[in-house]
Amino acid sequence: MLKIFKHLEGLGWPALVIIALLIVQAYAELSLPQYMSEIVDIGIVQRGLPDMPPQLIEIKEAEGVDFSRIQLDYLLNKGSIMLAFSVVVMITAIAVSFLSARAGASMGRQLREKVFKKIISFSNAEIDRFSTASLITRSTNDIQQVQMAMIMSLQMMFKAPILGIGGVIKVVATETGMGWIVGAALGIILAIVIILMAVAMPVFKRMPLLIDRLNLVSREILTGTNVIRAFGREKDEEKRFESASTDLKLNQLFISRVMALMMPLMMLIMNGITVAIVWFGVRGVDYGDMMVGDMMAFITYTILIVMSFFMLTMMSVMLPRAIVSAKRLEEILATKVSINDPEKPLDEKLKTVPLKGFLSFENVSFRYPGALEDALAKLNFTANPGETTAIIGSTGCGKSTLLNLIPRFYEATGGRITLDGIDISKITQAKLRSLIGYVPQNAVLFSGDIASNIKFAGDFITDEQMIKAAKVAQASGFISEKENQYESEISQGGTNVSGGQRQRLSIARAIAKQAKIFLFDDSFSALDYQTDVALRKALKQYAKKATVIIVAQRINTILHSDKIIVLDEGEIAGIGTHEELLNSCEAYQEIANSQFSEEELRGKIAYE
Amino acid sequence: MSEKYKVKPRPHRRIGGPGPPGMPAEKAKDFKGTIKKLLIYMGNYKYAMLIVSIFAVAGTIFNVYGPKLLSRAITELFNGYMAKIMGSGGIDYAFIAKTLLFLLFLYVLSAVLNFIQGFIMAGISQKISYRFRQEIAEKINRIPLKYFEANAVGDVLSRITNDVDTLGQNLNQSILIVVTSVTTIIGILVMMLSISPLMTLIALVILPITGILLGFVVKHSQKYFTDYQKYLGKINGQIEEVYTGHNIIKAYNREDMTISDFSGTNDRLYESGWKSQFISGLMMPMIFFIGNLGYVAVAVIGSILTINGSIQIGDIAAFIQYVRNFTQPIQQIAQITNLLQSTAAAAERIFEFLDEEEEVKDPDYSGSLKAMKDNDSKQVVFENVHFGYEPGKTIINDFSLAVASGKMVAIVGPTGAGKTTIVKLLMRFYDVESGRILVNGRDIRDYKRSDLRQNFGMVLQDTWLFKGTIMENIRYGKLAATDTEVINAAKAAYAHRFITTLPEGYQMELNEDASNVSQGQKQLLTIARAILADNPILILDEATSSVDTRTEARIQKAMANLMAGRTSFVIAHRLSTTRDADVILVMREGDIVEQGSHEELISASGFYAELYQSQFEQDPT
Repeated sequence: MLKIFKHLEGLGWPALVIIALLIVQAYAELSLPQYMSEIVDIGIVQRGLPDMPPQLIEIKEAEGVDFSRIQLDYLLNKGSIMLAFSVVVMITAIAVSFLSARAGASMGRQLREKVFKKIISFSNAEIDRFSTASLITRSTNDIQQVQMAMIMSLQMMFKAPILGIGGVIKVVATETGMGWIVGAALGIILAIVIILMAVAMPVFKRMPLLIDRLNLVSREILTGTNVIRAFGREKDEEKRFESASTDLKLNQLFISRVMALMMPLMMLIMNGITVAIVWFGVRGVDYGDMMVGDMMAFITYTILIVMSFFMLTMMSVMLPRAIVSAKRLEEILATKVSINDPEKPLDEKLKTVPLKGFLSFENVSFRYPGALEDALAKLNFTANPGETTAIIGSTGCGKSTLLNLIPRFYEATGGRITLDGIDISKITQAKLRSLIGYVPQNAVLFSGDIASNIKFAGDFITDEQMIKAAKVAQASGFISEKENQYESEISQGGTNVSGGQRQRLSIARAIAKQAKIFLFDDSFSALDYQTDVALRKALKQYAKKATVIIVAQRINTILHSDKIIVLDEGEIAGIGTHEELLNSCEAYQEIANSQFSEEELRGKIAYE
Repeated sequence: MSEKYKVKPRPHRRIGGPGPPGMPAEKAKDFKGTIKKLLIYMGNYKYAMLIVSIFAVAGTIFNVYGPKLLSRAITELFNGYMAKIMGSGGIDYAFIAKTLLFLLFLYVLSAVLNFIQGFIMAGISQKISYRFRQEIAEKINRIPLKYFEANAVGDVLSRITNDVDTLGQNLNQSILIVVTSVTTIIGILVMMLSISPLMTLIALVILPITGILLGFVVKHSQKYFTDYQKYLGKINGQIEEVYTGHNIIKAYNREDMTISDFSGTNDRLYESGWKSQFISGLMMPMIFFIGNLGYVAVAVIGSILTINGSIQIGDIAAFIQYVRNFTQPIQQIAQITNLLQSTAAAAERIFEFLDEEEEVKDPDYSGSLKAMKDNDSKQVVFENVHFGYEPGKTIINDFSLAVASGKMVAIVGPTGAGKTTIVKLLMRFYDVESGRILVNGRDIRDYKRSDLRQNFGMVLQDTWLFKGTIMENIRYGKLAATDTEVINAAKAAYAHRFITTLPEGYQMELNEDASNVSQGQKQLLTIARAILADNPILILDEATSSVDTRTEARIQKAMANLMAGRTSFVIAHRLSTTRDADVILVMREGDIVEQGSHEELISASGFYAELYQSQFEQDPT
C-alpha cells in the first residue's frame, strides 16, 4: 500500500493540514465534556461560584442571598463557550472533509493517469502477461478501491489516534485515579479484536476470490448454455455452481456472524465501562477525590477513546481490500517495459537517404515467454518495395506473430529484422511505426466519426487524401450512402457498422497514413470476393512503390503476389510464386487442394 | 470481450451500506408488488423473523432504558454527596450497587439478545441469497435457448451476482434498521418525556433542522454524483477502448493524443468526484454540530431546571445521552427509503428472471438411444416439419427428409439464412410447430432431452471453453477420459502441435473468455472435445469457420474417419467443405429452397449453382 505513495505527489501538505485541523478539532471536542463537568460541579453545586464552599452557599442562601442571577450568568457563559467550541468542531470537520475529498480524488486522478500512461507504453508481451481484461479491471475497480480507502483513511485513520491520544491526556489530567479502567477496557477490546481478526481475517480475505469464482462459473454457464445442453452437462454445471455458491454462502455467513457478535460485544464493553466508572467513581466522590461532573466527563472521555479505537479496528478490516488493489496497481507501475527505444537511435540515417523499403528477416526466431517451443524458427526472407509479399499457412503456424514482429509489438528473440539494412531495434518505435500502415485481423475502430477514424494517423492527412483512401479501400460507396457522410458517428469498437465496413475503414485508415510499408493481417477475410478483388487492384495502383505484406488464408487473395511465403509450424516451408509453389511445395499444394478441386485449380491455371 | 458478455454497470456502491447520502437509488417498476412477493418469499422464515424482531425490540429497549437507570445511581450519588457535605447523611452504597448490578444485567441481556438476533438474521439472509442464486442457476437450465439469444448474458449475470448480493445485504440490514430505529426513537422519546417534557420539546426542535440539512445535502450532492457516475462511465469506456485497441494506438503513434484525451476526462472526473464526496461529507459535521447544540442546550437548561428541583442531576447525564443517541436512528430512517428502493429494484430483477417461461417438461420415458441400428435407412427423419421463431412467421415450411445412418447432410446458404435452425430443432433446442422429427423411429419429444442429446457430438461456431486447463476443457466431452485419450483426440483434431507450443502445454490454464488462445485454436479445441465425446450423430455448425482451409482439410480427414458409420449434419459457408455430402440442403432467408447432391444441384442451375460460382469468380487483373 505504502509503495503506491511514491508515485503520487501533492498529498503531503493536505495531509499535514488535515492533521493540524484534526488536532484543533480534537481539542475542541475534548473541551466540551470539561465545560460540561464545570457546569455540573460549579454551575449547579456551587451556584456558579467556583471559590465558595457549598456549605457557605447553603448558609448564605438560608440568610436570603439570591445567587440565581450569578448562577444563570455562569451557565450561559459556559454554555456559549461550549457553543463556540462546537462551531470550531464543525468548521474543522468541514475543512477536513473538503481537503480529504480533494486529496482522495487527486490521488485517484494521478493513479489513473500513471497507470494509463504505463499501460500505453506496454508492449504486447506485457499486455499478454496481465491480459487485457485484468488491465481494465485494475485501471477501473482497483483505482476506485484505493481512492475510497484513501478518503476514509484521511478522515478516520488520522482522526482516531489524535482523538484517542487527546482523550487519554484528558483522562490522565482529571487525576481521578481511574485511568486503569480505560487501560483495562482497551486491553479487553484489543484482545477481542485480535481474536476475532485472527479467526475472521483469513475468511475475509477469501471473499473476493469466492465472488470471482461465482461470477466466473455463472458467466460460463450463461455463455455456454447450448454447449452444456448439447453435452447434457446441466447437472454437472449445477453442481459446479452449487459448490461455488455454497462456498460463498458459508464464507459470508461466517463473516456476518462474526460481525453479529462484534457489535453487541462492543456495546456491552462500552456500557460496562460506564457502569464500572460510576461504581469506582462513587468512592472517589465519597472520599472527595473528584466531583460528580468530573465523573461524567470521565465517562465521555472513555467512550471517545474506545470509539476511536474501534474506528481504527474497523479501518483495519476495510483496508486489506484496498491493499490488494494497491498491490495490483503497483505491479503495473513496477513492470519494466520489455521493448524500449535505443539510446542512440539511428533515425537520422533513415532521414538522409530516402527510404527504399527493403524489409529483411535475418535468421529471425521468436518464442512466447514460457513456451516450450519456438513459435517462429530461423526465418530468412526479404520483402521488396513495389512488390507484394504474401504469407500463408495453417492456423497457429505463426503468420500473425511474424507480422507483429515488424512494428515491434513483440521483439524477436533471435536474429534481426532490418529495414534497408538498418536493424529495426536501432531506431525509435515511433519512427519505425510512422513508416508502417498496419491493418489488424480484427478491425478495431474508435469512438468518434468516420473521418476521425480514417485520419487516425494524424492531422497531416488532408480531406482529399482521406477521400482517396476511402476510395481505395472500397469504403466510399457505403460512406456516401450515410446521411452524415464522413461525419457519421462511430460507436465504441465500431459496433454500429457491419464487419465488412469496419474492415474497409480499418484499411482506409492504414492507406491514409501514406506509409512505405503495408501490413495486412488477414484483413480481407471479412470482405466478399468482389470487394476483395477490387480493393487489391486499387491498392496495387495506389501503393506502387510500397512494400506490401499480406497474411492470408484464401489462396484467391494472394494468387498474384510477387512472392508467397508458406509457413508451416513456425518454419518456412517454401518461397515462390503461386505456380512455383504449386509444383514444388507440398504444404502449399495441400492448402490449394483444400480450397479448390483439381479441376478448378487446373482451370484457374489454364485461365492464367 | 463482446458487448453481450459485459456485466451491466450499476451505480458504484460503498461496501456494506446503502451508500453516501445523496447517491440516487435505483427504483423498482412495481415497488409494492415486488415487496409483497419478497415478503411471501420470506414467509418460510416468518417465525424466525418474528423471534428476530422480538429480540431486536427487547434488546433495544434494554439499551434505551440503561441511561435512565444510570441516572438514578448518579442522582443518588450526587444527593448523597451533597448530604454528606451538609453533614446530613451519606452515599447509599447498597442502593447504588443494586442499581448498577441491575443495569449491568440489562446490558448483558441486551448484548445476548442482539447477538442471537444478528446470528439468526445472518443465517436467514444468507439462506435467502443462496436460495435465490440456486433457483436462478437451475432456472437457467430450464429456460428455452431463445431467451439467451434475445437477452444479454451480462444482464442475467448481474442478477445472479449484483442483485442477489444487494438483496442479501439489504435484507440483513433493513429489517433490523427499521425495527431498532423505530424502537429506539419511540423508546428515547418516552424516556425523555418521563424526565422532562420541556427539555424534550427543545430536543425535538433539532428534528426539523436535521431534516432540512439532510435535504440540502441530498439535493446538492445528487447532481455531482450523477456527473461523477457519468464521467466514471466515460473514463472506463475510454480505458476499455484504448486497451483493446492497444496495437492500433501504437501502430499509429497515437499514444500522446490518447493520453491527452484521457487526461481531459480524468480532470472532469476529479472535479465531480471531490465535489460529490465533499458535499455528502458535509452531513456528518452538520449532524454532529446539531448534536452538540442539543448537548449544550440540555446542559444549560437542564442545570437551570435542576436548581428549580424539577429534575435531578442524573437526569441531565441521561438526557445528554438520549439526545446524542437520537440522531443516528433518524439518519437511518432517512436512508431506509433508499435502502428499500434498491432492495425492491434488485428483487424485481430476480423475480423477473425466475418468472420467465420454461421449456416443456421431459416425458417420463427414459429409454436411451444407445441401441443404434446399423444401416438404418431412416435413422433421422423429418416429417412435414413446420417451424418459426415467432408465431405466425413460419420459416420452415413442410420440410421432410429421411437420413440413413452414416450419411452426411450439408446445410448451406448465405449468412442469416437460418442454417442453424434445422440443427436446433433436431437437438430440441426448439420444438417444431407441427410435423415431427424422428430419431430411430421415435419422436424426439418422447425422449428425455438429455438422452436425446447424448447422441449428438456437436461442434459449434461459438467456441465455448471454460477457465481451466486445456486438458480439462477437452475432457469435458467425456469426463472419464484418460490423459492419453485426451491427447489422442487433440492429435486427431490437429490441435496437438499448437498446444505443445503454448506455455505449459496441456496444463496451460485458459483464462476467462479463453482470450489467451486464438479463435482458430479455440475451434480446434472444441473439435477435439467433440472427437473425444465420440457420439453416433455428429453436428458441425460452422465448426471450422475460423480455421484455415488447410487445417480444415486435415481435420476433415480426421472427421471423415470419425464420420464413417456416423450420421452427420454439417453447416458451412464455405462450399468447398460440403461438396461430398450425400444431401445438401440449400437455405435462403429461412427457407429450404433446394435439396439434392452437389452434382444434382449444379446441374439444376439454381440458387446453389449461383452461390457456388460466385466463390470462384476470377480476378479481373
